[in-house]
Amino acid sequence: MHKLTLAQQAKALAAKQISSEELTRHYIDRIEAHDGQLNSFITVLAEQAIEQAKQADADRHQTSVLKGIPIALKDLFCSDGTATTCGSKMLDNFVAPYDATVVKKLKQAGVVTLGKTNMDEFAMGSSSESSFYGAVKNPWDTSRVPGGSSGGSAVAVAARLASASLGTDTGGSIRQPAALCGITGLKPTYGRVSRYGMIAYASSLDQGGPMAVTAEDCAYLLQTMAGHDDKDSTSVDLPVPDYVADLEQTVKGMRIGMPKEFFEQGLDSEIAAHIQHACEVLTSLGCEIKPISLPNAELAIAAYYVIAPAEASSNLSRYDGARYGYRCQNPRDLEDMYSRSRSEAFGEEVKRRIMIGTYALSAGYYDAYYIKAQKIRRLISQDYSQAFAEVDAVLSPTAPTTAFKINEKSDDPVTMYLSDIFTIGVNLAGLPGLSVPIGLQSGLPVGMQLVSNYFKEDVILRLAHQYQQQTSHHLQIPASFE
Amino acid sequence: MQWETVIGLEIHCQLNTQTKIFSGAATAYGAEPNTQACEVSLALPGVLPVLNKEVVRKAVMFGLAIHADIAEHSVFERKNYFYPDLPKAYQISQLEKPIVEHGQLDIMLDDGTPKTIGITRAHLEEDAGKSLHDDFDGMTGIDLNRAGTPLIEIVSEPDLRSAREAVAYMRKIHAIVQYLDISDGNMQEGSFRCDANVSVRPKGETKLGTRTELKNINSFRFVERAINYEVERQIEVLESGGRVVQETRLYDADDDSTRSMRSKEEANDYRYFPDPDLLPVVLDASLLAELQANMPELPEQKQQRFLEVYGLSVDDAQQLTATRAMAEFFEQVLAQQSLPAKLVANWVLGEFSAALNQNAIEVADSPVNAERLATLLLRISDNTLSSKSAKQVFQALWNGTQSVDQIIAEQGLEQMSDTGELETIIQQVVAANPQQVAQYRAGKDKVFGFFVGQVMKATKGKANPQQVNQILKQKLS
Repeated sequence: MHKLTLAQQAKALAAKQISSEELTRHYIDRIEAHDGQLNSFITVLAEQAIEQAKQADADRHQTSVLKGIPIALKDLFCSDGTATTCGSKMLDNFVAPYDATVVKKLKQAGVVTLGKTNMDEFAMGSSSESSFYGAVKNPWDTSRVPGGSSGGSAVAVAARLASASLGTDTGGSIRQPAALCGITGLKPTYGRVSRYGMIAYASSLDQGGPMAVTAEDCAYLLQTMAGHDDKDSTSVDLPVPDYVADLEQTVKGMRIGMPKEFFEQGLDSEIAAHIQHACEVLTSLGCEIKPISLPNAELAIAAYYVIAPAEASSNLSRYDGARYGYRCQNPRDLEDMYSRSRSEAFGEEVKRRIMIGTYALSAGYYDAYYIKAQKIRRLISQDYSQAFAEVDAVLSPTAPTTAFKINEKSDDPVTMYLSDIFTIGVNLAGLPGLSVPIGLQSGLPVGMQLVSNYFKEDVILRLAHQYQQQTSHHLQIPASFE
Repeated sequence: MQWETVIGLEIHCQLNTQTKIFSGAATAYGAEPNTQACEVSLALPGVLPVLNKEVVRKAVMFGLAIHADIAEHSVFERKNYFYPDLPKAYQISQLEKPIVEHGQLDIMLDDGTPKTIGITRAHLEEDAGKSLHDDFDGMTGIDLNRAGTPLIEIVSEPDLRSAREAVAYMRKIHAIVQYLDISDGNMQEGSFRCDANVSVRPKGETKLGTRTELKNINSFRFVERAINYEVERQIEVLESGGRVVQETRLYDADDDSTRSMRSKEEANDYRYFPDPDLLPVVLDASLLAELQANMPELPEQKQQRFLEVYGLSVDDAQQLTATRAMAEFFEQVLAQQSLPAKLVANWVLGEFSAALNQNAIEVADSPVNAERLATLLLRISDNTLSSKSAKQVFQALWNGTQSVDQIIAEQGLEQMSDTGELETIIQQVVAANPQQVAQYRAGKDKVFGFFVGQVMKATKGKANPQQVNQILKQKLS
């Protein structure tokens, strides 16, 4: 059953060939059997999931494609009555008293929640090693990282411990782990999916999205997740197109740009070769591949590491030990409560980013850092706008390398930050981006990133879907988890 | 040396919306702690602010009332600092692009001349919660009911030159927000409070002196006293060769003094930046036009109308329009009965206002409503009551539930206005006092008063004084 895609499972459920309870119990058994070595879940909601599955089976007559599909949620989506930790000691004791908007929508569609997945603390990281609950392991090689920050969500899908999962992407946190784990992951346009109830890292960059085996599966999930939300002022009030129906449209004549800046120097030659093969497939489908330029691309990481920490330093100030979350033992006074609660409960990377962000916003530095970074952000957006005047999608590798070893980069934050070199500009510009598996290199997955214009998720979903009709990389399962 | 005082005020005024500025939680005052704190008020992980559009309307109305520039595009920013009553550890406020800028209003100085005070800006922001220091065994309680209540912060230019001017300015702003019905202006409940920036400089000097900021003053009386105390303190410091330290000071009403809270060196760096959770507020031209077309009458316009329509004196018109409640009460009384406006003005500003002050209550809580006062005034204008008896009736109205006519009947206060009866009594008085009659006729005018007194005594004060004068003059001539 776990070898079926979400779309296939949905059909089998609708045809009553399988029940949601069977499917849910199957995944729970797999989680029990395999997650000990992967550490992809922080909380498994076995009983609740089976309840939800029975419920879904009982109202099978109702039409909702996702009814009874068991998925996993990154542990920063608040779900009513469920521990929501953000991978941090700070929220180890926090039980969300409300549902995030996307969680509510998925529940209404009858989706079953298997559990909450492990992640880099407060979504800050590219390796899922910084969790209070321990590092997540890559199912293709458990000595390696799965990428991050949505590493648990990527691993749960890659090892077939869930039909699909939700992640969030601030600088690549859906696409990079999707690439490193060999699954399909979509970061929608900023504003396409409500952020309400999604614990904030960097508010102007965060966006929730689906992670699944196929682009088609992502389309099903996005269909339910997308749309305006009165509770999120930055969610955009535009109609949600029929992503699923659109998948079968032809891609013939689509123009795809390859930014020369991403291929010029230092790109791993094997990754370049995989990209070359993928391009050949797209060309055979009638796409036109042409070189483009994103002249400010190299500034993206620097700008990101000012803007994201600046917003984070403010977003994470509410964790002060006063109302919920961790509070230190026997504080002497208010100052002591603040400083010890925060020093004791935040991990190193979180503290580093809070410090960077606080500095960047400080009087006397604000113009030189924050304002400057915002200017660069505009330049990067303009680069993409110019590109989309000529092409329908922009293609690149998702990550510069395949999965690296656990602890390999954890002492060298700057090298770690470079993992997101191809993905970060997309967040700064607020564009939709998708990672699709294009093969294995020394047994480790390689991902290709497709980026389209604002609210043109249909374009990259269609391209990825058509590509997946021609290839089977996305259907490969790591041997130990078949 | 001659010193000049320079004052600028920052007034925090709660807007009277039903719900908070960024959430649907209620704003009512006085609820049990934390019963009006939703997940947004509590700053739970994952929540987001959504602007209550009503606050924009109210801020724009204020801007129009002070002839200010209304920003087509204003921006909410985060003011970051840790405090237990600030659950997000940042306050959403406006810094670089406030919704209202460059306004002005006129105040009346004590000598009757007008003075224009510049208003630098008025911006929208959220109020904080409250720390409760009692009854928690050495711990502090937090009540977040007030957290997120909409505020407009109104910042004046340093144009005020005395505590009296500051109070006049504050009263005028208070009147405007109530006329606009954008705030209840309740100072006891903290809906309207101010910080004062105070400095002194030698007369003739153009550079500003070092200022101190007096925090959270919540009555007109305290504003005047706090500023006066602070001005004296600063002058004393300077005259004894010291220098004023830039700092925040707290006014203590109990011993009428100010004391240091924190100096500028310890001041927070608030690390303002645009709030990424909120879009810029873009003002729709049609909304602006709609608000402009429907602006309520403001104090000055009402004053002008009172002069023209009711023929009141400038002084009366000014006093009556000083608060919206008083002006409305005046017109309600007039609407009840056909009464001379001057009579109504005298009573509303005289007896009625005095009773309110004495009992420290607002117009709305007065036991004498417009209808009862109008009936009373009608009995004066139709000569049923002398003005002296009318005061007696007013006291009875204030303290009881009887009607005006019941009180008059019960206390026998009806004026004797029957000319025949009065003539007989006067005739008797004149006849009984031949000596005084002779004196009066010999030119001793003062004796006239004696006769009036005798008549009043004989009628137990019920005689209509005008009639008494008239008839007496006839009989004595």
